[in-house]
Amino acid sequence: MNLPVYLSLLSQSEKTLADSFRVVAEAHGDEPDIHFLCMSLADQCEEHQAKLQPVIERYGEGSDDEPERLHAAGVGEARTGPLGMLRDLQDLYLLASLTDITWIAVEQAGQALRDRELLEVVSACDKQTAVQLRWLKTRMKHAAPQVLIAAS
Amino acid sequence: MIQQDSSTGEAGTDRVRDVWGGRTPHARGEAWPDRLDLALAEGLAESDVDTWVKSACVLCSNGCGCDIAVKDGRMVGIRGRTDDPINRGRLGPKGLFASWQGMDAKDRLTTPLIRRGAELVPATWDEAMQAIVERSRALLDEVGPLSHGFYTSGQLFLEEYYALAVIGKAGIGTPHMDGNTRLCTATAAAALKETFGADGQPACYEDVEECDALFLYGHNVAATQTVLWARILDRLEGPEPPLLVVVDPRRTPVAERATVHLPVRPGTNLALMYALIREVLLQGWADEDFIAQHTMGLDELPEHIAEWTPERAAEECGVEASDIREAARIFGTSERVLSTVLQGFYQSAQATASSCQVNNLHLLRGMIGRPGCGILQMNGQPTAQNNRECGADGDLPGFRNWDNPEHVEQLAELWGVDPLVIPHWAEPTHAMQLFRYVEQGSIRFLWISATNPAVSLPQLPRIRELLGTTDAFIVVQDLYLTETAALADVVLPAAGWGEKTGTFTNTTRTVHLSEKAVEPPGEARADLDIFLDYARRMDFRRLDGSPLIQWQDPEDVYRAWQECSRGRPCDYTGISYDDLRRESGIRWPRREGQTESIDRLYADAEFSTRADYCETFGHDLLTGAGVEVEPYKAARPDGRAFLKSAKYVGPHEPPDDEYPLGFTTGRSVYHFHTRTKTGRTRQLRDAAPSVWVELSQTDAEAHGIADGDVVEVSSRRGRLVAPARVTAIRPGAVFAPFHYGYWDAPPGAEKRRPTAANELTITEWDPVSKQPVFKAAAVRVKRLGGAE
Repeated sequence: MNLPVYLSLLSQSEKTLADSFRVVAEAHGDEPDIHFLCMSLADQCEEHQAKLQPVIERYGEGSDDEPERLHAAGVGEARTGPLGMLRDLQDLYLLASLTDITWIAVEQAGQALRDRELLEVVSACDKQTAVQLRWLKTRMKHAAPQVLIAAS
Repeated sequence: MIQQDSSTGEAGTDRVRDVWGGRTPHARGEAWPDRLDLALAEGLAESDVDTWVKSACVLCSNGCGCDIAVKDGRMVGIRGRTDDPINRGRLGPKGLFASWQGMDAKDRLTTPLIRRGAELVPATWDEAMQAIVERSRALLDEVGPLSHGFYTSGQLFLEEYYALAVIGKAGIGTPHMDGNTRLCTATAAAALKETFGADGQPACYEDVEECDALFLYGHNVAATQTVLWARILDRLEGPEPPLLVVVDPRRTPVAERATVHLPVRPGTNLALMYALIREVLLQGWADEDFIAQHTMGLDELPEHIAEWTPERAAEECGVEASDIREAARIFGTSERVLSTVLQGFYQSAQATASSCQVNNLHLLRGMIGRPGCGILQMNGQPTAQNNRECGADGDLPGFRNWDNPEHVEQLAELWGVDPLVIPHWAEPTHAMQLFRYVEQGSIRFLWISATNPAVSLPQLPRIRELLGTTDAFIVVQDLYLTETAALADVVLPAAGWGEKTGTFTNTTRTVHLSEKAVEPPGEARADLDIFLDYARRMDFRRLDGSPLIQWQDPEDVYRAWQECSRGRPCDYTGISYDDLRRESGIRWPRREGQTESIDRLYADAEFSTRADYCETFGHDLLTGAGVEVEPYKAARPDGRAFLKSAKYVGPHEPPDDEYPLGFTTGRSVYHFHTRTKTGRTRQLRDAAPSVWVELSQTDAEAHGIADGDVVEVSSRRGRLVAPARVTAIRPGAVFAPFHYGYWDAPPGAEKRRPTAANELTITEWDPVSKQPVFKAAAVRVKRLGGAE
């Protein structure tokens, strides 16, 4: 069974996303909405990781080296300035999308396994990941015209 | 009728010492009796007045009906209109004294000023407008519309907002328009939109006469809307008084009268609201049929409210669990509850989420649209409602939805422009973001009308720096050389209340016409005339080649606005200038051909949430993430209201070891805004001449501070120096009024002895309403010396 691989992948994704939200929060502290929301969302990702832990304990940890290409590197070093902010938000969007689709894959497995506990975890967490994506999109849609046309 | 002489003489009752005036107690269901308040310049009697000109007061969101006294071409006094539904003849201290005297100070701006180096020097109108138009045109050619920003007020008239909205959206095409309303009513609008699908106050002031319980959430009505408090006092002192529940960290005059006072720790409103909701549901006080038929979202409440037992909320908020239970019982078992909300919620952590819970409580009990059962998400400013309706705050006029292509098409047709010109790719730019773009240099033309951001925005050291050193071209249009005007490139002298004609709409949807009573001083011009002049000089055109703006006077603009509002929730088509001259105050909506207004919205529980009608598809209350059109339609709200909620996260800058106290700001009963008018009125200046800081006995003792000692309050951003008042404020909280800037202080005062509360406040805003969080910053206090 490969579910443990995906559970580990998901846990790692949430961790990477949490770290990346914090990096962006720090780098763009002059944008208070980005700063405070990214901090809150980082906490949210860590809560997701904690909620996943009992499931991982039940199924066991999966080998972390397959499939290698699905691991995403976090936002290592944030950029600066208005354009840098837009591109950092875009990085977060990609990371959150990876997390979102991994939740969906795990949810499918949970359905097939009739694992009610797992499905409850998915339903609580993935709903929040979807909001994270929507917020990133809302914020980027707002910033993009100014960044791409008027900012120096 | 009870006559009350409120003249400026020392004898008799005056509204400075007796702020709310004499009582006219009455029982539930009886109409509020009238009481005529009057103030005239010293030595004048009513018989000396040449003419009385019909108007309404612009010094709070009540908009009390009044007549302006004119003698020899000057405003010399004011009296309330006893036939007006808002005030029945009463006026408060600001209305009685500052409304007309505040226009008459010697330092009024009388000529345009242009910056030459460090100096602002007098110029002609032609020179000033030419300078504005040259810069505006050059930036539009070089960068485009995104280089332009407009920051307005809650002080202009409807006609001025609508003209500016058309100029900004159809002429220039910029999304960067917002108002000082973002500091006062943005959360009111957001909470109404999120719950009911569109802005617009559900209740009316007559509900004060009808209710049997009254809940005031972060609303110090005794100071902010004195005439409304007089109205409430008349119920409290009559037979069968309503039970009164007050949420406020301070022991305000309102809290003094409360059945239950919940002095919550600043920033914790949402936890309290969840405890109230949880209790109402748990005790079976909810109206299940109403919830099933008229709401959606009940299933989302449990995850957010579950943990908020009265005990848990009591611990978080610093109040008694038994008081929370009692407040919930009053809400759950009263027949008719009226709730009002203001800045204590709007300017604190999780503002929109907290305010929506007030709506939720009413929906859960089916208490809306009936006499005495109402919600007033209050406004702070007299004409903020117009700013929101007309679109000068960035929203689309007529409560249209920027995310609905048909709504944008309607405006394009009305204005004769390509829909692509009207910015609607995202929500409008909010005030704080607008100033950030100025700071970053991407907005390079900023036009500020009738507002004073150099005192009213958070974190003033940053705002001063930003306005003082920016490359942006700053135009300021106001009555006086405010702290902001002093930093401008061009200053335009504006005519104000009593010197121009226009309409405005109060917090209960009541429209008044304010007529020109006197000529403005010097060369000052009405804001409308200034905007129309700019539009003509910029030569904005419709698609057919004719001028975009063809209006000559306020009534032309008003008629165009009536057309724009047709069919929308705020329909003005049945309210003409003639109607307004005949009736003292008319509520919208009143559609063409109708002669009666609707007193209470949603009497039929049909809410404005249909996808083709709603003003917004809504937001996630924690993050502000927009809801997209497809999921919105798929959820089929179809006229049902939304029970929205979000996880409680608390304030972002809670007190800590370094800054152990929670700072909150508020109003003095004697001042409005940054004292532009009230500070120039002898009676009000004498009553509250300078800033003070309130702290509790416990905190005062811990810091060795006695009442009257001079203290320094500091936050991570700045400091404030003021005498201390030891009061019944909750321990751990520090309060200062926000009115006191520097226009009347010696040069350099902002460094030596800062007096503006916003030196301390944090640059942060609510994720949905984008209203700054003025009421939750961490501070420390230090005694500087004894009483002066």
